Amino acid sequence: MDFNLIFSQAITQGLGVQAVIFALAAIGLNVHFGYTGLLNFGQAAFLAVAAYGLGVTVATLGLSLWVGVFVGIAAAVLLALLLGIPTLRLRADYLAIVTIATAEIVRLIVRSVTLRDVFGGSDGINRFADEFYALNPFAAGLTLGPLNFSRNDLFVVVVGWVLVLVSCLIVFLAMRSPWGRVLKGIREDEDAVRSLGKNVYSYKLQSLVLGGVLGCLGGFVFAISSQSVQPDNYGTDLTFFAWAALILGGAARVFGPVLGSILFWFLLVFINVALTEAVRVGYITFIDGTQVGQIQFWILGLSLMLLMIYRPQGILGDKRELAFDVK
Amino acid sequence: MSSDDRQLAAREALVGVAQEPGVAKPDPILVADGVERQFGGLKAVDVDHFELQRGSITALIGPNGAGKTTFFNLLTGFDSPDNGEWTFNGRSLAGMPAYKVARTGMVRTFQLTKALSKMTVLQNMLLGAPQQKGENFFAGLIAGTWRSQEKANTARAEELLAHFKLDAKSDDFAGSLSGGQRKLLEMARALMVEPDLVMLDEPMAGVNPALKQSLLDHIRELRESGMTVLFVEHDMDMVRDVSDWVVVMAQGQIVAEGPPLEVMQQQAVIDAYLGEHHDVSLDSGSPA
Ligand SMILES: Nc1ncnc2c1ncn2[C@@H]1O[C@H](COP(=O)(O)OP(=O)(O)OP(=O)(O)O)[C@@H](O)[C@H]1O
Ligand SMILES: [Mg+2]
Repeated sequence: MDFNLIFSQAITQGLGVQAVIFALAAIGLNVHFGYTGLLNFGQAAFLAVAAYGLGVTVATLGLSLWVGVFVGIAAAVLLALLLGIPTLRLRADYLAIVTIATAEIVRLIVRSVTLRDVFGGSDGINRFADEFYALNPFAAGLTLGPLNFSRNDLFVVVVGWVLVLVSCLIVFLAMRSPWGRVLKGIREDEDAVRSLGKNVYSYKLQSLVLGGVLGCLGGFVFAISSQSVQPDNYGTDLTFFAWAALILGGAARVFGPVLGSILFWFLLVFINVALTEAVRVGYITFIDGTQVGQIQFWILGLSLMLLMIYRPQGILGDKRELAFDVK
Repeated sequence: MSSDDRQLAAREALVGVAQEPGVAKPDPILVADGVERQFGGLKAVDVDHFELQRGSITALIGPNGAGKTTFFNLLTGFDSPDNGEWTFNGRSLAGMPAYKVARTGMVRTFQLTKALSKMTVLQNMLLGAPQQKGENFFAGLIAGTWRSQEKANTARAEELLAHFKLDAKSDDFAGSLSGGQRKLLEMARALMVEPDLVMLDEPMAGVNPALKQSLLDHIRELRESGMTVLFVEHDMDMVRDVSDWVVVMAQGQIVAEGPPLEVMQQQAVIDAYLGEHHDVSLDSGSPA
């Protein structure tokens, strides 16, 4: 078995663009769920509207990429308001139902045949990020130990991790402030917070907007890194992988979602490449190479279950807090 | 003015007020009219007229299921009545959301305590402080805008915690407090809001007798500092001990009002607690 290859690929993915995208999505979910207790099962929609906002602005309307970024963020804010205004006065589970449905509606709209001229149907939109790559300051790619990035990948990944760090800084600053304290209070008991004179509805809406906007940055990275937006990239898988990253790393911790996302992608690729290698060399004979893709998810799921059993607070979480979950 | 003088003053203000349900008070802070709430076939609250004397400690008593908590919920905007009007400090509150009611200076606690478990005791307290600059998202990001206010609030919170003998717990998670300590925390947290009227729903349930005495002292101190207190309590000794006026609810209605010693003698009160046709005095011992 080529252990060099296994580790090289796993580490490159663990620090690569996928990890960046899911870290950003999970940071947004952390604001929603970890700090405010909101159940958002439609995070993919925030990434989708940002990616499509960018793609449509550049490819369909022929405007600048930076206008596209602005449009994408505006679309995420609008989506948060659209989701929040009708549901946040209701019980927590209503938001969960509405978000999961809305995310599917968004995906079905952008892939619809009727709107093909705008969104490109199931092919999506392609080649709209040249303006971004023109700014690439790196002269060549990077090969450093196990890491291996092409010139363009390197640029995207560096910008991506900077976005992750800036997002973490915003979350850190916001959550140590009295504003963040209100959110945590709402997570614990919103009636208590109301009785102290805080407008719970408004804070929930603000939380939804902040988490949506941070998550939507992942949509930009996704769109730019592949120079394309495709509707089926924004399905429920994306949302649930982001949830997995959040729970794995530890909710309500600033770096929880980041660590979770890195580990998630490291493990997924590690399992995949290790299995493929084992099959190739003949250590494993009862499956063939094409079945590895499915089996990697079994093993990943099993690992997540074991983690939840033995470390339910996630890697960075605080065990003491769990003791109070039983009301 | 000493505590006794205050009590005297508060009781004197109520001397001469007729002992009948819904009677007018000389200086009411809260006036409610025709407040009704129906749950299915059950009229949980049906209050014709109610006035609360400013600066007094008023006890709201009544058997289980009388509608006391529901009445609290209605007045504070946590539930909406089918009918009714009420004013606080002359301002109409009907239809106002709960958080705005709290901002007008009318703050309540809950019968089932609502400690914010995964926050420290001190953070619980700080959440109560009103008009915090750092509760705006953008200002919150820049610590310089709220540091000094936070310091002042922390000082006040620590003072209150010391008062309620919770200062040693200040950095513990609120979820680790005992039931009685949570009651204390909730009361202290409500005081952080700097209310004019505090409404306490069974503040002494589950608090040990020694602490009950000091809680009674706290409640008296609230009156001394100029607040009005309305509290629900089942322990008649406590009620007699601390209240200036007692309001009795039964089956959603106010059935009697009066000074603590006299009100227990009223036939309507005895009926409410023990059912009709009997001749037991409520004065000896607490009712079931
Ligand atoms: N949400 C609700 N739905 C249906 N019925 C309710 C609801 N809330 C209260 N009730 C009913 O209204 C009546 C009054 O209840 P409430 O809690 O106000 O009583 P209480 O005077 O506070 O009693 P206790 O002293 O036991 O706390 C009870 O019969 C109760 O069952
Ligand atoms: Mg009650």
